[in-house]
Formats: sequence, structure tokens, C-alpha cells
Amino acid sequence: MISEIPTPTPEMMPDASITPKIVVKDLQVVYSDGNESLRGINLVIPERAITVLFGPAGGGKSTFLRTLNRLNDLADVAEVSGHIWLDDVDILDSQIDTIALRRRVGIVFARPVVLPMSIRQNITYGLELAGERRASHLDEAVERSLKAAALWEEVHDRLNDPAVALSGGQQQRLCLARVLALEPEIILLDEPTSGLDPISTGKVELSLQELKQRYTIVLVPHSIQQAARVSDFAGFFLNGELVEYAPGKRIFTHPQDQRTEDYIEGRFG
Amino acid sequence: MRSVGWREFVITRLIRAAGYSSILFVGMIFIFLLREGAPAVVEIPFDTLFSERWYPIEDYFGILPLIGGSILVTIGAAVVAVPIGLATAIFIAEVAPRWLREILKPFVELLGGLPSVLLGFLGILVMAPLIRTTLNIPTGLTAFTGSLLLGGIAIPTIVSVAEDALDAVPRTYRDAALAMGATEWQTIWRVTLPAARSGVLTAIMLGIGRALGETMTVMMVTGNAPVLPLSPMALFEPARTMTATIAAEMGEVANGSVHYHSLFLIGIVLFLISLVINLAAASVVFRQRKRAERVLS
Repeated sequence: MISEIPTPTPEMMPDASITPKIVVKDLQVVYSDGNESLRGINLVIPERAITVLFGPAGGGKSTFLRTLNRLNDLADVAEVSGHIWLDDVDILDSQIDTIALRRRVGIVFARPVVLPMSIRQNITYGLELAGERRASHLDEAVERSLKAAALWEEVHDRLNDPAVALSGGQQQRLCLARVLALEPEIILLDEPTSGLDPISTGKVELSLQELKQRYTIVLVPHSIQQAARVSDFAGFFLNGELVEYAPGKRIFTHPQDQRTEDYIEGRFG
Repeated sequence: MRSVGWREFVITRLIRAAGYSSILFVGMIFIFLLREGAPAVVEIPFDTLFSERWYPIEDYFGILPLIGGSILVTIGAAVVAVPIGLATAIFIAEVAPRWLREILKPFVELLGGLPSVLLGFLGILVMAPLIRTTLNIPTGLTAFTGSLLLGGIAIPTIVSVAEDALDAVPRTYRDAALAMGATEWQTIWRVTLPAARSGVLTAIMLGIGRALGETMTVMMVTGNAPVLPLSPMALFEPARTMTATIAAEMGEVANGSVHYHSLFLIGIVLFLISLVINLAAASVVFRQRKRAERVLS
């Protein structure tokens, strides 16, 4: 790689004791309509923890997530500058294999997007794309990932039904299972529970707590309450800037920045 | 309040009448065709009707060469138009950058609005001589020439409808497939196209219907020899379609004669063939919709 990973400065770290998984340096994203979405983001995302990025709409949280697996390549992004190191690879390098990257960095969207296939095929599709053909491996992956997403009990007897027949909450957990089947290292979740009822939300949050033992999770929550519930570390995004970044326990009880405090206490947003 | 109710009444009735009128028109056209064409079945002996010779002046009314000619030219046109049309639609909807899409789509639609007689000129002056010399055949006015031009006429229809169908597939489907590590092509082939399947099928059927019904261009470039196409090589010989026959002969036929009735009989056959194509398309779409409804209930 052309650029060396810098030693993270203390401001980039939510906490001194973490092991870095992703290092973001001077990340800037400008959309083709001239809108600056991210202006110089610097942060370190720790491994095997839930990092929550919260803030008012339009603050750049989703753009940031979609930059982490290069999904923005296809959007109307005019300019991306800066560096994002995943382990020791700069993923903004134009030479990297984006397909392989997206297998390492899975994403779950705000609205569940099941593909027009059966429940089983929704999960095996990504594996088949990756070249996995052995039926035993696929079956094993279907069961393992559905269990991890807390969906196995509800669907194990009807895996060949069309996935669109599932309820919204089940569909969203299927999307999570689909990502888990690929055994990524990082899971990005963009308001994964915004369309779900409280019970389904609880199930998803519970499985996230399980998953963080093995995966690095970056979550954009759909409410501050959720951010406070699930976060190990939390960053406050406002107008394309990272205002404050700290362990969740501290940021939601003793925010350092006035703007963070105002937002958490509901004075704007 | 009363006047509003009155207006409401008139408007809803008007809209309803407009809606039903399409059924009425199709019914009336069919009745008219039947009235004018049915006598031909009585007047012309069956073995003449299903013979291989169409030469009305000497009482040969074999319609098989005309049906064969239409089918040959239409299949040829479909072979040209479906792959190119779909590829173009996929390119415009999925691959092309936005600025290029904004240019391409209106151009394709403009192409669709081009009067077919102009394409006939192009066929006679440019394509026919080119085909004659490159393939070294006696005349360039062949079924093949007609197929190529008809393909060109059907392409804009296919592109326009298929592109709309592909464009209607939610962006999120593509994101999901890409996020799972699919390449752009895998996403198009396994996710976007299947999701847009009913619209794409409609596009193909409309394109084929357009080719089948096209008159002016085929009349100008296919040579108009009513020969029953029996081998694939017939593609490189002159042919005559049903539409061209009606258009060419209707002007000089005596009203109420056997020849006159036989032309309407051809019209009935044409009507039935396009009906079958439309029903086939509708049944595919309908079957799919029923499955989707079952899934959603």
C-alpha cells in the first residue's frame, strides 16, 4: 500500500484501551450536486464491539457507512478523499477488489430488502456468488446464520417459502442472517430497526449483543434510546463532522461538547 | 352542493364511458372484419384457401404464403430486436452514467416515432443493394431485409418499455445484491432482470406486435412475392406479409368481390394472431401477479 497507517491520535480513539479495526483519516465525501456530506472525519473503530454513530438526519452517518464498503461507488459521489484502513489495507485505494471488500464488510439497510427468492436462497445467494457450491456447506451456513440472527426457530420448517412472505421484523433478521452467512469481519447496520415493532427490535438488539463477541459492528441507531442501549462506543455526527466520540456510557451521561448535550437532551434534531 | 354532485355524476359517467369504449371499439372492429371477411370462407373452396398460391386475378386465394411471410419476417425481426433491445435497455437503465441516460432515452424514443416510410427509403436505397452485393443474391428485396428493418422498428418499443420496467426495480435491491458481493453483471442478471420480468416480457410482446403489424416498411423492402417459406433459406428470398398484401391490394379491389372478402379474411387472421400474442403476454404477467399476491397475503 502506498500510504502508511498513522498512529491514531488520542482524539480519534473513543478509549485508550481498544484494539483498532478500522482507522479513518481525513475522510471527505462530496456529492456531485456539490453537497459536502463528510468533512474531514478522523476516527478509529474498535474490533469486536458495537460502535454507534448517531445524530440528526443529513449528518453523514449513512454516507459514512456506505463508504466503509464502497457502496457509494455507484451513487452520485463526485469526490472521496482521505484514507480508510481496514486492518492494513487502504480500502479507498482504487486498485482494491471491491467485491472481496463487500464480503468482508456486510451491510443491513434501514428497510429490509429481501431478494425475490426463497428464504433459503436469500442466504445462499451470496455464498454461491462467492463460489460455494457444496450443499452441505450451504445447509450448514443457512442454519448457523439463521440461528445467529434469532430467526431459525420461526422459519426452519419453511425455508423454501418466498422470503417476501415473512413479516417486516423477520425480513430484517433474514437480511442480517444473509450478511452473517458470508462470515464478514464487520457488520454495518443502517437504522436496522426503524421499521420494526418493539418486540422485533428487542430481538435484533439481543442478537447484536451476541454477535459482537465475534464481529466488529457499526450501527446507525434509529433513536437515541437505542444508541444508549446498545453502544459500547458512540460518535455524534453533525453536519458532516464528528463532534464527539467516546465510550457509550460516558457520552450519554456526561457529554463533553455542548452540541452533543443539546442533541441528547432533545433540544434540537 | 347539488351542483357539485351533478358534476361528479357527469364526470364519473364520462370516464366510465371512455373506459368501456376501448372494449366497444375492439368488438366493433372484430364484428366489422367478420362481416366483411366471413363470406370469403363460403366463396372460396377450402383447398384453394389453404393452397400455396396467392394470385387473386386468376382466383388463386391461397393465404398460407402470406401467413408464412408474416411469421418469417416477424421471427427474423424478433431475433434482431429482442437481444439488441434488451441489451440497450439494460445499458440505459443499469450501466450508463446519468448524463448519458438523459441523452439516450429521448433519442431511442425519437427513433420509435420515426415514420416507417422513411425506414423504407433507407431499406430500398441503402440496405437492399448492400445485401444484394455482399450476399451475392439476385435481389436485395428479401425477407431478411424486411426483418432487419422491422427489428430496427421494434427496438425502440422494446427499449422504452423494458427500460421503464428495469428502472422501476427499487434501488435497494441492487444495493442488497452488491452488498452481498455480487458483481454488477450478477446483480443485473440474477436480481434486477427477474424482478422486472413481467415488464420486460410485455416489452418483448409489444415489440413483436409492432413488427407483425408494420406495413409500409415491409411493403417497400421485402419484394412482395407471395411464396410460402419452406426452408430457412427463404429468408434470403422475397416474401410478402399479410399487412403488405392488404395495403397493396385494397385500393384496387372491387367492393364486395371475392378478392375484397379474402383481404378481410386476412385481416381476421392478423387480428387473431396479435390477439394470441397479447393473451400469451397477459397470461405470463397474470400468472406472476397471482403468485406475488399469494406471497403477500
